[in-house]
Amino acid sequence: MRGYLTIEQIGMTFQAASGAYQALSDVSLTIAEGEFVAIIGHSGCGKSTLLNIVAGLTKATTGAVLLANQVVDEPGPDRAVVFQNHSLLPWLSAYANVRLAVDKVFRSKPARERDNWTRQNLALVQMQDALHKKPDELSGGMRQRVGIARALAMQPKVLLMDEPFGALDALTRARLQDTVMDIHRTLGNTVIMITHDVDEAVLLADRVVMMTNGPSATIGEICDVRLPRPRRRLDVVDNPDYVRSRKAIMQFLYERHAKQAA
Amino acid sequence: MTGIIQTVRSASKPQHRFRLPKLRLLEQLRHAAEVVVPPLIVLGVLLAVWELACSGAHPALPPPSKVLRDTWDLIVDPTFDHGGTDKGLLWHLLASLKRVGIGFGLASVTGVALGVLIGQSTFAYRGLDPIFQVLRTVPPLAWLPISLAAFQNADPSAIFVIFITAVWPIVLNTAVGVRQIPEDYKNVARVLRLSGPEYFFKITLPASVPYMFTGLRIGVGLSWLAIVAAEMLIGGVGIGFFIWDAWNSSLISEIILALIYVGIVGFLLDRFIGAIGKLVAGRPI
Repeated sequence: MRGYLTIEQIGMTFQAASGAYQALSDVSLTIAEGEFVAIIGHSGCGKSTLLNIVAGLTKATTGAVLLANQVVDEPGPDRAVVFQNHSLLPWLSAYANVRLAVDKVFRSKPARERDNWTRQNLALVQMQDALHKKPDELSGGMRQRVGIARALAMQPKVLLMDEPFGALDALTRARLQDTVMDIHRTLGNTVIMITHDVDEAVLLADRVVMMTNGPSATIGEICDVRLPRPRRRLDVVDNPDYVRSRKAIMQFLYERHAKQAA
Repeated sequence: MTGIIQTVRSASKPQHRFRLPKLRLLEQLRHAAEVVVPPLIVLGVLLAVWELACSGAHPALPPPSKVLRDTWDLIVDPTFDHGGTDKGLLWHLLASLKRVGIGFGLASVTGVALGVLIGQSTFAYRGLDPIFQVLRTVPPLAWLPISLAAFQNADPSAIFVIFITAVWPIVLNTAVGVRQIPEDYKNVARVLRLSGPEYFFKITLPASVPYMFTGLRIGVGLSWLAIVAAEMLIGGVGIGFFIWDAWNSSLISEIILALIYVGIVGFLLDRFIGAIGKLVAGRPI
């Protein structure tokens, strides 16, 4: 397996008034092109910090991130982020939010092509009928769809998703998971997704990376999910490999690395 | 299930089509009545109370019926011009509006610019904010003598008073608008690698527009408050001077009429700025 995205011995120490806090220590992970990796862990384990470091939004104290053999240490459209709370600009329509990204990334292309590309990506997330709606006229699930379209439209080398469906109800979340699986199958993106949902992780990911609790959180175990694709949620629930993966993750999270009562 | 729903829909459609226009007109009329009738009733009651309270032999203030009789000439002919300050109310109002327009216009430009500056630069914020916080509490009229001394002329002084009154809420609200831009928008801008000017025009300005217009709306209200007071002191044509002149001639009815006009114009100014804000921001302010 060729390393496309390499996270090398990342450590992160925050300087606070109460002293230094080591959030991450010695996190190393190699991800292949086209691979879908889910990172799971209890809240506060630093998984979002790790994603922000890959995105370049946060600078790691030690270690480095390499993407296609290039060191990345600042944000860029090659690592598009789908934010937890959609982060759409409320004064722009769904179309204009995506178009802003398209205009910036493909500024050398003619306007008609950029228009096409914007519509195409919104159609990919089934938002072609709500192009001119503002974010506050859209449901939570639709906003997140636009957020995904905006990220995809940048044609990123890696798609970073920070608990993208955490704020959605279970039924909406299931439909968005299906959409993400469809897109991943068609486009073959490399994806890192932060989640706290075991089923989501097993259903979507090729590998589930389990993080230990902080301080000094690091990768505890990695679970290979060998379910064949395309996966359908109704078919996989009885699959022994699904059950085995799910159990392994549950045991990691609730037995060996249970969170102390909050 | 879809089948059933569709059948029901198509069955009820023809009826709907014929009843719809008439129903909608009635609905609209009822809705309009619901909005218009309560204020009319309250206004009627207030006028009746006023009429009763001022109905004695020698009331201190005239009842509304007398106000209407006394000022009827002013109401029906707002555009006469007998030279000097003996002009119709429209000219007085326009003179006041012109001063407010210039003073408030200058305050808007300066206020938004200063607000963006102290919103974006922590140094400017730390340096200027304490000064602004002190200056903004100075009452508008307290600026009048010093501006008369500086400008040696009544009109620029009045405009300066408007400016200095309106500028603070615009500065402070704009600054808050710029400072409160959510971290998420900044992250989006960083991922997209927006340049400085791109960030300013695509994120900073639109994100702070609602705050700016809150400031502008407060500012225009304060301007209108200040102009009447300032004109009472500086004289010349203007609604403030008109009120003062009427007081000196003991024409109480004319004062009351002018107050009503001042109130209505102030209300319209507020709505006007609100409407522009809604147009610019794409959502109600």
